[in-house]
Amino acid sequence: MKEIRIHGRGGQGSVTAAELLAIAAFEDGRHSQAFPAFGVERRGAPVMAFVRLSDRTIRLRSQVYNPDYVIVQDATLIEAVDVASGLKPDGMILVNTEHSSEDLALETEATVRTIDATRIALDIIGKPIMNTVMLGAFAGASGEVKAESIKHAVRDRFPGPVGEKNADAVQHAYDRMVKS
Amino acid sequence: MTLPYAPIGKPGSSVANKTGGWRIFIPVFNAELCNGCGTCETFCPEGIVHKIEGGDTFIADYDYCKGCGICARECPKDAITMELEEK
Amino acid sequence: MTGKLKSGRMVVEGSYAVAHAAAMCRPDVISAYPITPQTHIVEDLSQFVADGAIDSKYINVESEFSALSALVGSSAAGARTYSATTSQGLALMHEVLFNAAGMRLPIVMTIVNRSMSAPINIWNDHQDSVAERDTGWIQLYIEDAQELVDTTVQAYLIGEDPDVSLPVMVCMDGFILSHVFEPVELLDQEKVDEFLPQFSPVRALDPENPESFGMFVDPEYYMDFRYLVEQAMDASRQKIADAARKFESAFGRYYGGLIDTYHTDGAEIILVAMGSLVGTLRDVVDDLREKGVSVGLLKIRAFRPFPIDEILKVVARAKVVVVLDKNISLGTGEGAVTTEIKAGLYDSGSDIRVPVMGFVVGLGGRDIPVGTVQRIVAKAKTVAESGVSGRSEFVDLKHLRV
Repeated sequence: MKEIRIHGRGGQGSVTAAELLAIAAFEDGRHSQAFPAFGVERRGAPVMAFVRLSDRTIRLRSQVYNPDYVIVQDATLIEAVDVASGLKPDGMILVNTEHSSEDLALETEATVRTIDATRIALDIIGKPIMNTVMLGAFAGASGEVKAESIKHAVRDRFPGPVGEKNADAVQHAYDRMVKS
Repeated sequence: MTLPYAPIGKPGSSVANKTGGWRIFIPVFNAELCNGCGTCETFCPEGIVHKIEGGDTFIADYDYCKGCGICARECPKDAITMELEEK
Repeated sequence: MTGKLKSGRMVVEGSYAVAHAAAMCRPDVISAYPITPQTHIVEDLSQFVADGAIDSKYINVESEFSALSALVGSSAAGARTYSATTSQGLALMHEVLFNAAGMRLPIVMTIVNRSMSAPINIWNDHQDSVAERDTGWIQLYIEDAQELVDTTVQAYLIGEDPDVSLPVMVCMDGFILSHVFEPVELLDQEKVDEFLPQFSPVRALDPENPESFGMFVDPEYYMDFRYLVEQAMDASRQKIADAARKFESAFGRYYGGLIDTYHTDGAEIILVAMGSLVGTLRDVVDDLREKGVSVGLLKIRAFRPFPIDEILKVVARAKVVVVLDKNISLGTGEGAVTTEIKAGLYDSGSDIRVPVMGFVVGLGGRDIPVGTVQRIVAKAKTVAESGVSGRSEFVDLKHLRV
């Protein structure tokens, strides 16, 4: 089983990202579970969402304490939250930032990957909503889920031009992470 | 006796319970003094004072009147008197 | 009309899953008042009605008291009825809960379990529904979104059985299950129609033949009517088991009847729990068994009626019973499940003398990590050896010392 923790701020679509990841992984033929950290949702407040992916039925209902992957939607959270907490040494943390992983100076043995998802979102979607970009980047960097499945889930959730733009952004981020 | 599965019964069962027998004093209505204002009907706690059929004055249904005397107390014309009922 | 709702296996939110399942049961009347974390369920259902996807009458009300009152009237008139609530909303229904059960009305209601104020808190535990255990409602606690879907359908079959004719609460853990996205088989309307016959009430209000429901009875009759409710509760034991098996034949899924067991044969330590915590415990049992710990799991699916006979059979040969209560009966120092198992053991007339350890866990949404359960099992091992258990305890207090 693989466990993923997503950090974001209220309004950045972290919970939606978790749901879409679960839907996409299910389409890939895996079992999945996504749930929020049950905060009182307020715009701008730090929020967390969790995803579990497994080849077997997922029965565990506790929060995620030792994630294989961490996705950070907003680098300013690094100041406020211990985003690498419990991250497995052989895991990976993916951060939305214009800086390099070295610049972040995160205290973790895990792999640190970065992507300027806000810039990609602005360029392709036209809005600073980076959650689908981060999913594309996660698919590329981790190989845990197919980009096609993410795109399918995104199109299904946001029918029409919005979904298409988001799907393009997913593909762009995926390609960027696979190549780099 | 057997009970139904739930407390369900025929409505209106209080009609079968003729409470007139509880009475000691009986209200006697004097049609000569009555001005037909209906105060007795309004105040009767049992809702059993009503207008005489075809007339303008009032009378109690003695099958149910418990003889409480409220109608007599409230009547502005003192047209109702409570009298000891012979049984 | 319901053909518009999708069916099949897909990833959906737990709340959507239960709204869909309720819709497939074709309720004539739905009435509910929104309250976190139940809100998504009634939003989804009102959307189904607005879209014309289901034929139900949706009655908007100004409180939970009114919601259940509306269903009492509807159910007495012979309608199949559905509601959902939680926490303070359920508490506000308290008086009407007794009426629904006493009038023998098979209303089905989803309880999205949440803590009780004060302090105000929106997260999960079982204090809300456990506090309503004496109202005459059947209470089923479920483990995952699929069991939630399947048990909702079973709940109508159980409650509407003429030998039972009682309302049913299907209890799901707030947020943990109401807001989870996971794979669920959404039921097909035709298959549900085959499984669940139309509601034919034992008696129903009829303007042509007026009757009074919930009438006044004096001391001559009252106690006998309460005994009838207890008899109906007793009759529901077999019906709950039958409904689970009938569902298995029709849909191929089974979650136990009154209880479910997992590796309890020959287990020295038996964990007991209700709700979504059972899933976590299954993982812990597997893990500990690999490490040679003789541990099994007993899931209480029906808390009302309380399945004491089934529990006693399972724990008879164990060395210790470990109860994880997501509720606290204040003034007893322990949760209700602990108390009831202890009472049942004493009452059994058998020579079962297994120690019972009670642990109050997860109140107000405090998470229950695997490590917490492992520490509890480690304590249980010492009791299994000594045969002597102490008082119940609160687990994982953070700001107070025990």
